[in-house]
Amino acid sequence: MVTSRKGAGGKTAAKKKAAAVPTAPDLVQLLTPEGDLIEHPEYSIDLTPEEYRGLYRDMVLVRRIDAEGTALQRQGELGLWAPLLGQEAAQVGSGRAQTAEDYAFPTYREHGVAWCRDVDPVNLLGMFRGVNNGGWDPNEKNFHLYTIVIGSQTLHATGYAMGMQRDGREAAVIAYFGDGASSQGDVNEAFVFASVNNAPVVFFCQNNQWAISEPNERQFRVPLYQRAAGFGFPGVRVDGNDVLACLAVTRAALERARSGNGPMLVEAFTYRMGAHTTSDDPTRYRDSDELEEWKAKDPIQRMRSFLEKNDYADEAFFKGVDDEADEVAADIRARCVSMPDPKPVSIFDHVYAEPHPLMDEERAEYGAYWESFEGAH
Amino acid sequence: MSESTSKTQQITLAKGINLGLRRALEDNPKVLLMGEDIGKLGGVFRVTDGLQKDFGDSRVIDTPLAESGIVGTAVGLALSGYRPVVEIQFDGFVFPAFDQIVTQVAKMHARALGTVKMPIVIRMPFGGGIGAVEHHSESPEAYFAMTAGLRVVAASNPVDAYWMIQQAIASDDPVVFFEPKRRYWDKAELDTSADPYPLYASRVLREGTDATLVAYGPMVKTCLEAAAAAAEEGRSLEVIDLRTLSPLDLEPVYASVRKTGRLVTVHEASVFLGMGAEVAARVTEKCFYSLEAPVMRVGAPHTPYPPSRVEEEFLPDLDRVLDAVDRAFAF
Repeated sequence: MVTSRKGAGGKTAAKKKAAAVPTAPDLVQLLTPEGDLIEHPEYSIDLTPEEYRGLYRDMVLVRRIDAEGTALQRQGELGLWAPLLGQEAAQVGSGRAQTAEDYAFPTYREHGVAWCRDVDPVNLLGMFRGVNNGGWDPNEKNFHLYTIVIGSQTLHATGYAMGMQRDGREAAVIAYFGDGASSQGDVNEAFVFASVNNAPVVFFCQNNQWAISEPNERQFRVPLYQRAAGFGFPGVRVDGNDVLACLAVTRAALERARSGNGPMLVEAFTYRMGAHTTSDDPTRYRDSDELEEWKAKDPIQRMRSFLEKNDYADEAFFKGVDDEADEVAADIRARCVSMPDPKPVSIFDHVYAEPHPLMDEERAEYGAYWESFEGAH
Repeated sequence: MSESTSKTQQITLAKGINLGLRRALEDNPKVLLMGEDIGKLGGVFRVTDGLQKDFGDSRVIDTPLAESGIVGTAVGLALSGYRPVVEIQFDGFVFPAFDQIVTQVAKMHARALGTVKMPIVIRMPFGGGIGAVEHHSESPEAYFAMTAGLRVVAASNPVDAYWMIQQAIASDDPVVFFEPKRRYWDKAELDTSADPYPLYASRVLREGTDATLVAYGPMVKTCLEAAAAAAEEGRSLEVIDLRTLSPLDLEPVYASVRKTGRLVTVHEASVFLGMGAEVAARVTEKCFYSLEAPVMRVGAPHTPYPPSRVEEEFLPDLDRVLDAVDRAFAF
């Protein structure tokens, strides 16, 4: 017997809602949202007051740099910006866990990690301004170029780690990616390659809950950190808004990798407070209640409460950091707006490392054509 | 000449690549081989036979069965100072890696404004004629040749195979290296003490005066046979092996067409948007007044590669080449 299915599809689909990812994740936390230190059976942190203040300073500066990126986009100085707002603890905690010898492979949102790796923030603006596609020397600070194709860099990180392994270097690689990227074949292939090669790589996933407009339940049914078990290495979920926990867990994971014990997955459970990019409009797909809920877990306020409660910092310190943040932002702005456009013929310069006749031919042809216009570059 | 001083040996094309890889592994400790089944098995075509035994499994790496993973990790190895030589088992299996090749391998040097290099070789058997199942007989070279940042070459004979693979490995740019799988067992004399022909240069293999045949990879042999057959009929055909598809080296082709006035391009890939189209366009631009006839293109119809019982009809052969020559003369 044939029954009409007209109209049933939508209802059925709505009823069959996927099992939600647990809302109270089993996560490593060392600093509560109220700014109190708590014990964890596996991970601990013991820093000097100066180091605690340093983490706070990093997060404030990074948030300020990020805000400047958004402002520069709004004013037409950048074509696009991918804000990290809300993810400062995940980036600064994991960033400060790295040594100079370690190597980081970022997505396009790791402005905070770049800061920790001592990369000049202006370098990050080139691609968003449209004057280059990255353009910095990755080997200068062991910080790879931003990768735009989702998840590709996790394989590069794994290959780099295989190189370190062959060279016997006492260092590790950290691969950044997001919750959306966890669906990519490349990320899962990276897990396989890292696992079977026992490669010294830490997979650091910032689960910011949203892959543009798609929530976690459109990407996975098993909490991400648990996926590592299927690939044969440990996975841990850390409070991504707790800079101390992010630092402690990433330190342990990197040390584990450096000592020859292979890869590890760290899922930093955090929240993208802003838009995916300046072209996005999150009001179309998420509730303001959710945003308010996460505001209460703000990574910077949490660290400030901790510093205040323990008398590790005074008003002069906080004001000093805010002033410094404004200075850094002003400096970046000045250097951003004075970035020159590239000369059109420069597009031929680095297509190939070795001489290539077609490059010479086309450089000459197009160059002459462009030069033929009055007021040409 | 005694055995010990003789430097020539009879080798197959597969052996030529094997010996070239061996020499590259000996010469540079940074050279690594990566691929599926390339270790103990020596690859499905035995091209890497014996190399893992002699160089160890950390330099001749049996990878997981994931092409994007192979190329993606090769990118990372290249960034860390290695020179990975990747084997893609069959032409039709390269597409999972296509993203890494096009978005990362090809563009990394430019993205980094020249501060990093991608000395990766991606080896791939290509072409049909071996009675295989689907995805084992394709000719995807034009996809790669049209991607800026990649270099693309195709060996046609054992001697070239030996030298070209070493030259590709020595290149600081990524090279997609096509191996004509149905010619793997063709034999030739290799003199390892000879001076190699440059990698990015096409080569006149047979001189002629009446028409020019341009081919690469498996079709070079077909064209040489066609030229021999034409000679018996009193027609003198010049045969040029392109050898390099990006960059193209067309000066020898222009010189030839100015002499013969007729050109036929030959490849297994489809005529539509195949390499022959680029050659024809450029020859038309450069040799317009020398042409006695339009450039004729021989290749595949614009269909998926057919079931193997039809491939004999599908693939260009001596008759199709000579038919195109006839059409060029009839014009």
